[in-house]
Amino acid sequence: MFSTFLCILRRDITLAMRRRTDILTTLFFFVIVASLFPLGVGSEKEVLRFLGPGVVWVAALLASMLALERLFASDFADGTLEQMLLTPQPLSVLVLGKICAHWLLTGLPLVLIAPLIGLQYGLEGTQLLVMVMALLVGTPVLSLVGSIGAALTLGLRGGGILLSLLVLPLYIPVLVYGSGAVTVSAIDLADVQPFMALLGAFLILALAFSPLATAAALRISVE
Amino acid sequence: MKFHWLHFSSPATFYGLAGRMIPWFFALALVTGVVALYWGFFQTPDQLGGSNPQKEYYRIIFVHVGSAWMSMWLYLVLAAWSAFGLVFNTRLSYMMAVSVAPTGALFTALALFTGSFWGKPSWGTWWDWDPRLTSELILFFLYIGYIALHSAIDDARRADRASALIAIVGLVCVPIIFWSINCPDPNQCAALHQRSSMGSIDGNILFAMLALTFSFWMYAFATSFMRVRSIILEREAGTTWVNEQLELEAKR
Repeated sequence: MFSTFLCILRRDITLAMRRRTDILTTLFFFVIVASLFPLGVGSEKEVLRFLGPGVVWVAALLASMLALERLFASDFADGTLEQMLLTPQPLSVLVLGKICAHWLLTGLPLVLIAPLIGLQYGLEGTQLLVMVMALLVGTPVLSLVGSIGAALTLGLRGGGILLSLLVLPLYIPVLVYGSGAVTVSAIDLADVQPFMALLGAFLILALAFSPLATAAALRISVE
Repeated sequence: MKFHWLHFSSPATFYGLAGRMIPWFFALALVTGVVALYWGFFQTPDQLGGSNPQKEYYRIIFVHVGSAWMSMWLYLVLAAWSAFGLVFNTRLSYMMAVSVAPTGALFTALALFTGSFWGKPSWGTWWDWDPRLTSELILFFLYIGYIALHSAIDDARRADRASALIAIVGLVCVPIIFWSINCPDPNQCAALHQRSSMGSIDGNILFAMLALTFSFWMYAFATSFMRVRSIILEREAGTTWVNEQLELEAKR
């Protein structure tokens, strides 16, 4: 079962590495959205430091949501997905492999570049560290929960808008606790713990249930 | 006559049953609604609370609490029918789920609307980002997402099953809303809503509130049955029983 998982993971990463621009577009979308806010609200240090955590998280939310559309779309278009549904391997493991690959390609770069955005917003050392940690735990949840929506809207017209309508409400808890952790860390580092614990709980829940739900959704969408 | 308990799970038989029940539900909704509003306006104290009393405007509680309850209950109903549909693969379950959704969305909107009208005089603000308001708003988004997904898919079977799945996924939010309103520990939550318990409410107020909630329930039954009848006719169009039914109704 683990070899199936690794096989899918390797395949998706290889495919994506041959079309690197796809990864970069998501990343630059994140950077551009985050850079728009200082231009819109003005560049006072206090305001930016106050807005920083929230803006980074909202930008991460939007970027990972936009990337979701590509999670199953190309496999669906060329019929690979149908073959996957027919294999004897459990579909949820295949799905988990695809989600992991998707996160490594879109979520992880975003986590790595986030400190740079944080610097633009005048966040300090420990805050940057907490932000990276929170994003590291939080963005996989976004990919996992989002995959359900991506599977349900597969091949629909106007799928992108619909996807955002379905997925964004479910992202809200991650947004609240993710940016909460960063905001709190400016005051007292010890207060971060409950936020991180909750994010971890979300991650475990999503890891346990969303591959199953996504597998069910794929079976509904492709039949 | 031996009665089979799945008798009414067929759209053809349920269509008739729903048709006969709708007037009763509407009548009950109207009667209890009028009684509840009369009681709420004329049989309850003029003001609430001690040092900082809420005056006449608190009476919006009867609509507000009822619709907030309904918004959560109807989501549970929606998710339950969706689960039934996915488990037993019965067409009528999906139809019920689809027809409950707009009423649920309506009550959620009503709860938000009346809440903000109550908030203005008592808290001095139309909107506050405290957990309960936010989670009720999320509930509204969930309803909208459900309805949007269902209407975006042309194939009825896929639409039913896909939106059923999203309804069940969204179910995780309902407990959060409930506990954010009935917060177990007031120190941990913002203080806009206090913990409510049935015992501490004035009897007359409680009566009016429960009566109006009952009226809302009846209204929800009536409207979703009306909607489910239309959906049945739409889905079963062209079958013999629908043609006979339509001829029968045309003669009347």
